[in-house]
Amino acid sequence: MNTATLPSTGGAPAPAAGTATGLLIIGASQSGVQLAISLRALGYTGHITLLGDEDHRPYQRPALSKEFLQGKVGSESLIFRSNDYWVEHDITLVKGERIEDIDSNPDGSGIATGRSGARYPYTRLALTVGARPRRFEVPGSDLDGVVYLRNADDALKLKAIAPAATDVVVIGGGFIGLEAASSLQAMGKKVTVIEYGPRLVGRAVGEDTSAYFLEQHRARGLDIHLNARVSRIAGDGAVSSVHLESGEIIPAQIVLVGIGVIPNTQLGEQLGLEISNGIVVDEAAIASDGHTLVVGDVANMPNPVPGAPKGERIRLESVNNAVEHAKVAAYALMGQREAYAGIPWFWSNQADMKLQIAGLSMGFDSTVTREVPEKGKFTVLYYRAGQIIAADCVNAPLDFMAVKSALAAGKNIDPAAAADTDTMLKTLIS
Amino acid sequence: MATINFTDFEGQTRTVDATVGDSVMETAVRNGVTGIVGECGGSLSCATCHVFVAPEDFESLDPMGEMEDEMLYGTAVDREENSRLSCQIKMCEGQTLNVATPETQV
Repeated sequence: MNTATLPSTGGAPAPAAGTATGLLIIGASQSGVQLAISLRALGYTGHITLLGDEDHRPYQRPALSKEFLQGKVGSESLIFRSNDYWVEHDITLVKGERIEDIDSNPDGSGIATGRSGARYPYTRLALTVGARPRRFEVPGSDLDGVVYLRNADDALKLKAIAPAATDVVVIGGGFIGLEAASSLQAMGKKVTVIEYGPRLVGRAVGEDTSAYFLEQHRARGLDIHLNARVSRIAGDGAVSSVHLESGEIIPAQIVLVGIGVIPNTQLGEQLGLEISNGIVVDEAAIASDGHTLVVGDVANMPNPVPGAPKGERIRLESVNNAVEHAKVAAYALMGQREAYAGIPWFWSNQADMKLQIAGLSMGFDSTVTREVPEKGKFTVLYYRAGQIIAADCVNAPLDFMAVKSALAAGKNIDPAAAADTDTMLKTLIS
Repeated sequence: MATINFTDFEGQTRTVDATVGDSVMETAVRNGVTGIVGECGGSLSCATCHVFVAPEDFESLDPMGEMEDEMLYGTAVDREENSRLSCQIKMCEGQTLNVATPETQV
């Protein structure tokens, strides 16, 4: 049997054929990188192969819609680790390879086969395969100039076509859409945002925060349409306009689609793992076969927040989750049970607004708002049965930090006193 | 060329060559310096790249902005007079910087 692998494209040399092969991590993502790093920090001695389907060294995604798109940082700034790091830590990087088939054994070992034909034997497997952008299907959605923004190649393409465009339509008023819209506006484009739902970022923030962003973005010149439906995208080869069901026609040389992602469950399905809104894992980030580690955006996991309703499950799309979930998986591989650390948090930078979210607001029954308009500060605190569970904080890091500490310590912030912006939230933690 | 000396909580110092224009955080993370996390990649959102700058170097740095100042109140180890977020310190040609990392960032 031929188990030779292609030469590695970075990091440490691949293990020789026929030797113990260690861990294969499919997905050179934030979670894949963190899993490899955490395992080395914990003393894992097996070989680690970190394999990704992109032709780039493992890199950080968040800046793609912001600083990188605007040319404020270069590609080198996005790289997670120098090549020396990977070599010194005996981690082999494989770039530009997509796993198409996995032959697994009951003990969790197996052989993965890539599109190149190369075979990657492993003693343990981790899937950190993330998610892919949901495609937008209307007549004309395959025209040149209709783009997505998930990975570095998407961002490079958008950067390449941006200079020639004057008008951009962004489809989707979520984080990616609004971050990219703000960036493109800062680059001098006339930007229109088309949102299908009744409010912005409806999946991640409460109504008050949505309303705040709507007002602020409109004041900064973004043209935002809510409850709007695209009937078709028009153009001759390349996009020239977007037609709404209302009859309105908006000129556009670029249409950027940001309407959410779909977890990449294909390999999990092939392995026969339980699938439900992602790949289902237990508290230790282990899938239903009892062996495969599944981490990050693709994993449907028990809600990790202390005090969350028993049995509640969640799939989180965030850097913070990728990092913390990977640590849980690293401990599990070392035979240790370690609880998910910290409180889930998220950030999104849009124009001069820095949004930080602490905790998960689902299930809230009341809110308290703190606003200092002259400083551009805006905070919404979310409570469930009188207990604080989350906060959306715009340009208000002190509020964010206070809520994060209160949640981590299992404490509360008195809602009756929290509306007074002269009082620091930190002093109300009890 | 620039140089950064990172001294960890236990007093061990590691010297790393930095590219001019890169931040202290980027330099640390890319080279696997333990003691600096930089979860948000330098967008001033996470306060996990806290360092204590050597007093003789502290004055030579550009002053911190309001956001950095506020974020420093949320670091895992309490701030001191010479605290900075290392994502906000960009290295200059010929500069040698001495920083100490806290016991924990999270």
